[in-house]
Amino acid sequence: MPGCDNEAFRMIPSSQQGEESLILVDTVSKRFGDIEAIRSISLQVRKGEIFGIVGSDGAGKSTLLRMTATLLKPDTGRILIDGLDVVRQKKLIKPKIGYMPQRFGLYQDLTVEENIAFFMDMFGISGSERRERRDRYLAFSNLLSFTDRLAGRLSGGMKQKLGLACVLIHEPDVLILDEPTNGVDPVSRQEFWQMLGSMKERGMTILISTAYLDEGGKCDRLALMHRSSVLAVAAPTEIQSDYSSLEEAMIQRIQTVDKELAGEQFKP
Amino acid sequence: MNNSSPDAIVVKDLEKRFGDFVAVTNVSFSVKKGEIFGLLGPNGAGKSTTIRILCGIITPTAGSGRVAGHDIVTEAERIKQSIGYMSQKFSLYEDLTPYENIRFYLGVYSVPPNRWNERIEWLFDLTRLHDARNRLTRDLPPGWRQRLALGCALLHRPEIIFLDEPTSGVDPLSRRHFWEFIRQLSEQGVTVFVTTHYMDEAENCRQVVLINEGTVAAAGSPADIIAEACPRVAGANLNDAFIRLMSRRD
Repeated sequence: MPGCDNEAFRMIPSSQQGEESLILVDTVSKRFGDIEAIRSISLQVRKGEIFGIVGSDGAGKSTLLRMTATLLKPDTGRILIDGLDVVRQKKLIKPKIGYMPQRFGLYQDLTVEENIAFFMDMFGISGSERRERRDRYLAFSNLLSFTDRLAGRLSGGMKQKLGLACVLIHEPDVLILDEPTNGVDPVSRQEFWQMLGSMKERGMTILISTAYLDEGGKCDRLALMHRSSVLAVAAPTEIQSDYSSLEEAMIQRIQTVDKELAGEQFKP
Repeated sequence: MNNSSPDAIVVKDLEKRFGDFVAVTNVSFSVKKGEIFGLLGPNGAGKSTTIRILCGIITPTAGSGRVAGHDIVTEAERIKQSIGYMSQKFSLYEDLTPYENIRFYLGVYSVPPNRWNERIEWLFDLTRLHDARNRLTRDLPPGWRQRLALGCALLHRPEIIFLDEPTSGVDPLSRRHFWEFIRQLSEQGVTVFVTTHYMDEAENCRQVVLINEGTVAAAGSPADIIAEACPRVAGANLNDAFIRLMSRRD
């Protein structure tokens, strides 16, 4: 709400302070001209969890992720990562996060090796650390035998794994991934999720959006977004409750809150 | 047109080489009229090469086949008039409106101009995109663009429709509606040939062929493939079967 900036700095209600949260989204709204992309969203991501964002197209998932990654400013409300404000303390936050957008900017005409080197340059990684990290993350993403291949000639699944290696190279505390597995085959998707699982074991906090509910089921907690709002935040099993699948539960929930959507289908 | 055959697509021992690289070899299958058929496999397995051969875009280096009754080697041009094709990129002009995209495809498919108005209204009714008629295509949500792309591929009423990863990046509700519509098309006698990375979607197919490194790794109904790849695994699904079969690669 315009004119209510003070609200953005109010105290967090003590009832929400139970678990240690690393990311705090507090009554955030964002407009693009006439379009309300995010309407007063609040949620918390706990340290060390995989937090998924699922929902309908245009629900605002990417906008929320971009704001969390410091690339867009909220109109109202605030987002804190590890106590730092994404707008006012952007520079301090950047080294702490790794962000992979939907169309990740790998250099297609550079090799795997050169892409990794480029990202290490960007984050000022030098000396003996360079070799170590390069080996660690190329091995981690199973790309050690493809170092000379042009990124543009990798399969879809391998491109995504290289993208992940590039955003991990500065060893962030928080990983923000926007639909990273679109168009990736089942075996590569499984490998990608195994990589996320081992990052979580090392204590990393992961915020990920996905259009695929089998992946939603692998998250510790999920936010279900629809039409610029969060409809629910809970563990996948809670969201599924008595429905036959997570997908069924999500579709029912969306249709209940928005009957209009039922009209958005092919004519029978 | 060969209407006596019950098969919409038959291919035998297809092979396609690009220089030393064998993209596809020993691929044989047949698809019945009105069937939903799935071609599955990892990225780079040869799915797109196979589809391009079937659509008459490239010629196989060996093997034979017929699509909609036409020979894939000698009658490739006639195949193009009988089929519709929709790719994962939705093949729409993003800086044109839906209406302008439809006009473009009516021209591409040589639909007689006296039928254009009828086909345009048919498509807007089908896809419920009347209100989006004059918006820029790039501003539409993925699910809407997907409906538009599918509508465009059906403008000339093809007997067979090829869908190459038609649901990439589309939300679950839109995907569900998409598949409801695909089943209706199949009931009306349209043959549907689909590739997808999503095995819950592939379970809509009557028959699937899994290819890996250019050759057939498994073929049959989804239930048969699950039973064969994951014997005695309770609750196994096609995704489990796929991972099991494809992880055998070296």
